[in-house]
Amino acid sequence: MVIGPPGPPGTACAGPFSGNTVPAAHRRYHRGVSETISPVDSAIHARGLTKRFGAFTAVDGVDFDVAPGEAFGFLGPNGAGKTSTMRMIGTVSPVTAGTLTVFGLDPAHNGPRIRSRVGVVPQADTLDNELSVLENLLIYGRYFGLSWAESRRRAVELLDFVQLTERSGDQVEPLSGGMKRRLVIARALINDPEMLLLDEPTTGLDPQARHLLWDRLYRLKQRGVTLCLTTHYMDEAEQLCDRLVVMDKAKIVAEGSPRQLIEQYVTREVLELRFNRDEGDDGAADDTSQLDGQLDGLAERFEQLPDRLLVYTADGDATAAAAFERGLRPASVLVRRSTLEDVFLRLTGRSLIE
Amino acid sequence: MAAGRAPVVARRGPGGMMSSPSLRQFEHDMLVFRRRWHSYLLSGISQPVLYLLSMGIGLGFYVNKNGGLPGGVPYLEYVAPALLVTQAMMAAAFESAWPIMGKIVWDKTYQAALNTPIGATNLLVGDLMWIAFRAVLLSVLFFAVIVAFGAVSSPLALLAIPVAVITAMSFAAPIVAFTATQKSDQPFNMLFRFGITPLFLFSGTFFPIENLPLFIQPLAWVTPLYHGVALARSLSLGRIDPLVDLIHVAVLAGFVIVGIVAARITFRRRLEV
Amino acid sequence: MLALRFSLPQAVARPTRMVERNTMVYRHSFMVIFSGFFEPLFYLFSMGFGVGALVGSVALTDGRSVPYAVFVAPALLASSAMNGAIYETSNNFFYKLKYAKLYDAVISTPMSLGDVARGEILWALLRGSLYVVGFLAVIAVLGLGGLGLISSPLGILAFPAAMVVGFGFAGAGMAATTFVRKWQDFDFLQLAIMPMFLFSGTFYPITAYPPALQVFVECTPLYRGVHLIRALTTGTPDVWIAADVIYLIAMGLIGLWIVGKRLHRLLLA
Repeated sequence: MVIGPPGPPGTACAGPFSGNTVPAAHRRYHRGVSETISPVDSAIHARGLTKRFGAFTAVDGVDFDVAPGEAFGFLGPNGAGKTSTMRMIGTVSPVTAGTLTVFGLDPAHNGPRIRSRVGVVPQADTLDNELSVLENLLIYGRYFGLSWAESRRRAVELLDFVQLTERSGDQVEPLSGGMKRRLVIARALINDPEMLLLDEPTTGLDPQARHLLWDRLYRLKQRGVTLCLTTHYMDEAEQLCDRLVVMDKAKIVAEGSPRQLIEQYVTREVLELRFNRDEGDDGAADDTSQLDGQLDGLAERFEQLPDRLLVYTADGDATAAAAFERGLRPASVLVRRSTLEDVFLRLTGRSLIE
Repeated sequence: MAAGRAPVVARRGPGGMMSSPSLRQFEHDMLVFRRRWHSYLLSGISQPVLYLLSMGIGLGFYVNKNGGLPGGVPYLEYVAPALLVTQAMMAAAFESAWPIMGKIVWDKTYQAALNTPIGATNLLVGDLMWIAFRAVLLSVLFFAVIVAFGAVSSPLALLAIPVAVITAMSFAAPIVAFTATQKSDQPFNMLFRFGITPLFLFSGTFFPIENLPLFIQPLAWVTPLYHGVALARSLSLGRIDPLVDLIHVAVLAGFVIVGIVAARITFRRRLEV
Repeated sequence: MLALRFSLPQAVARPTRMVERNTMVYRHSFMVIFSGFFEPLFYLFSMGFGVGALVGSVALTDGRSVPYAVFVAPALLASSAMNGAIYETSNNFFYKLKYAKLYDAVISTPMSLGDVARGEILWALLRGSLYVVGFLAVIAVLGLGGLGLISSPLGILAFPAAMVVGFGFAGAGMAATTFVRKWQDFDFLQLAIMPMFLFSGTFYPITAYPPALQVFVECTPLYRGVHLIRALTTGTPDVWIAADVIYLIAMGLIGLWIVGKRLHRLLLA
């Protein structure tokens, strides 16, 4: 049962046996303005999307659209509702209330059809530890209804893409975290999906592994694969996402491109001031609270962290000089450009680290 | 981890095999046991009851009707001491395989313990004590059930308990030694399928091995279970043959000693690297 | 409806993918599968011939007296079908469900929970069928040697009958496993399986029991399986074999239905 008219040509009949899914040809960029995208054109369309587990509301009436070919991010602290949203999109978690369509299809009735066009990279590696690296891909292709020959062809190609060819006969268990993640991504690509759902793709990886993964995801994006990912890494969101929403406590609190969000919610630069604490003084608040009044008028906004003071200002150097003139003697001074992290902290408070 | 209470000053592996670090590993197992005792008790009582009812009484009815065993022994009394020994043996064999593999490979409990003054030999002795303790417990429960069924005819039957424990250890020690040489639990399936299960079925538990084809009988003589079963039965029925029983004891003791020596070697090779 | 016409072959094809996956796993450890064939044979030789020498002959329901091995062989076949189905749907299924998180990955593909459940049951049956065929082959060979463990041409039906027994227990076992939280919980499953193995008329006729107990035992599933297969191999069919088949198939179907409900709760939260 299809909700609305069928999707764009080339995708409507992309069943498990079609073998090609033509992801790139028709893609367009829709930046920011969600109202202009109709459910049929959008890869994902959500209005008032809600997920409740008993009395607990994990996702509370969120609205968003993801355009085909776009890289879209859910940014937020743990427990913000990102994973629940992703699971609903992946059709492995029923929608409690609101509207959700994926490729214009209703997940409740078209689960298999949607899943045949999506690749999923879950938060925990759900690789098949009883099978080898290559076999993991082979059988996953079979789950999608590919022929053995086609599955093998794609598996070999994908192992090359994620640089695991020389490990193809190995068992999965001894692979490093980064290798497992890459294998999961290869697995998610076996059905040549139009959209990739990635739930915290680089959590727990070392820097080299993260950069390799970002590079692969960037290439996929260039090929026209829609990326929909969750993360709590700001650098990841800035690197990968055309557009993102910030989620906090089950709701969307901001939406836009990384640059737009920085412009909208924080100043151009941040001045970080660090003060030495007096010995035996255990309350971090005390030493910065002594500053009360001394900084008035210096900048439009201040943020007090346990160990330092953030001053949001258009010109960090000028503000630092002004602070010195007022007789402040911080132990260290750092001027930097604002990042998504500042946006994130501003919007979600101090709940970043959990 | 219980191992954390080891004295800080002691060096690794002081004293003999029965030193206090060995007891500490045993204590660790006992802590686990205290959380699960009801489950052990449940199977410890239900197994003998069910087996004696089914095999001893149910099947026994038909055996006795057919003229019974040579010597006129009621089938229940014939099979009860054998089941006592085989149950202890099976439990000990199981405990020597998967749980030990778990401590070496999966949970790495041993690695944690080795960071304290406990040495590989202490771990071995502690865990063998634990397996023996379980065998004692199972055998006492089983014996109590046998008595309740009225299936003993001699006070010597009480000695079937230590016989069951020694038989259990004659399997446990060599299997523990084997486990310490393995990387995965796959060989255990083979061990049980082609080792333990056939022994359970063909070591004179349910029928005299004289009923087996002639060429198979010598095979039974070299397995410890046959000797355990025969010894326990001779005690339980009060039909002692000192020379034969002494041979049974010697064979069982031999398996235990060789097993412990082998296990000491494989444990140290595996863990003290 | 077009959608329905499309989904029909898929509904058949998808469960077989689980079979393919499991076959792939066991390709590496063929012996694990192969060795399972010996267990019922060991029991047959031990019970049938070792104990059989002590028991002599046993009376069948039609009054005929047969050697003990003839009596016990079909029961061992039924027990083996039960054990195989239970083993595959308890320990193995639990491992894949709770530890390996296998199905979490599978349901991100067009495979549905129903495909998973049907596929795993199908696998359990196929694996069990290897043992059944092997066991029947050995019995047949012994028969050629003059031992005649199958005394009726109906014995050929022992194969599908054993599959029915396997299906019943696979469905029930899988349903039970969806309620299991930790490995120790399987002790309780064993507490149901072992008495059935020992008391379902497996090793001796249940006429040894008091009448009330007989009726109780007749209501248990393994007894139905033993009764069914024994009726076929010894050529003593009665109307009750229809009840046996209905009972076991219903048990499997109800089990599958529960599995569907439970997996929905466990995996599609």
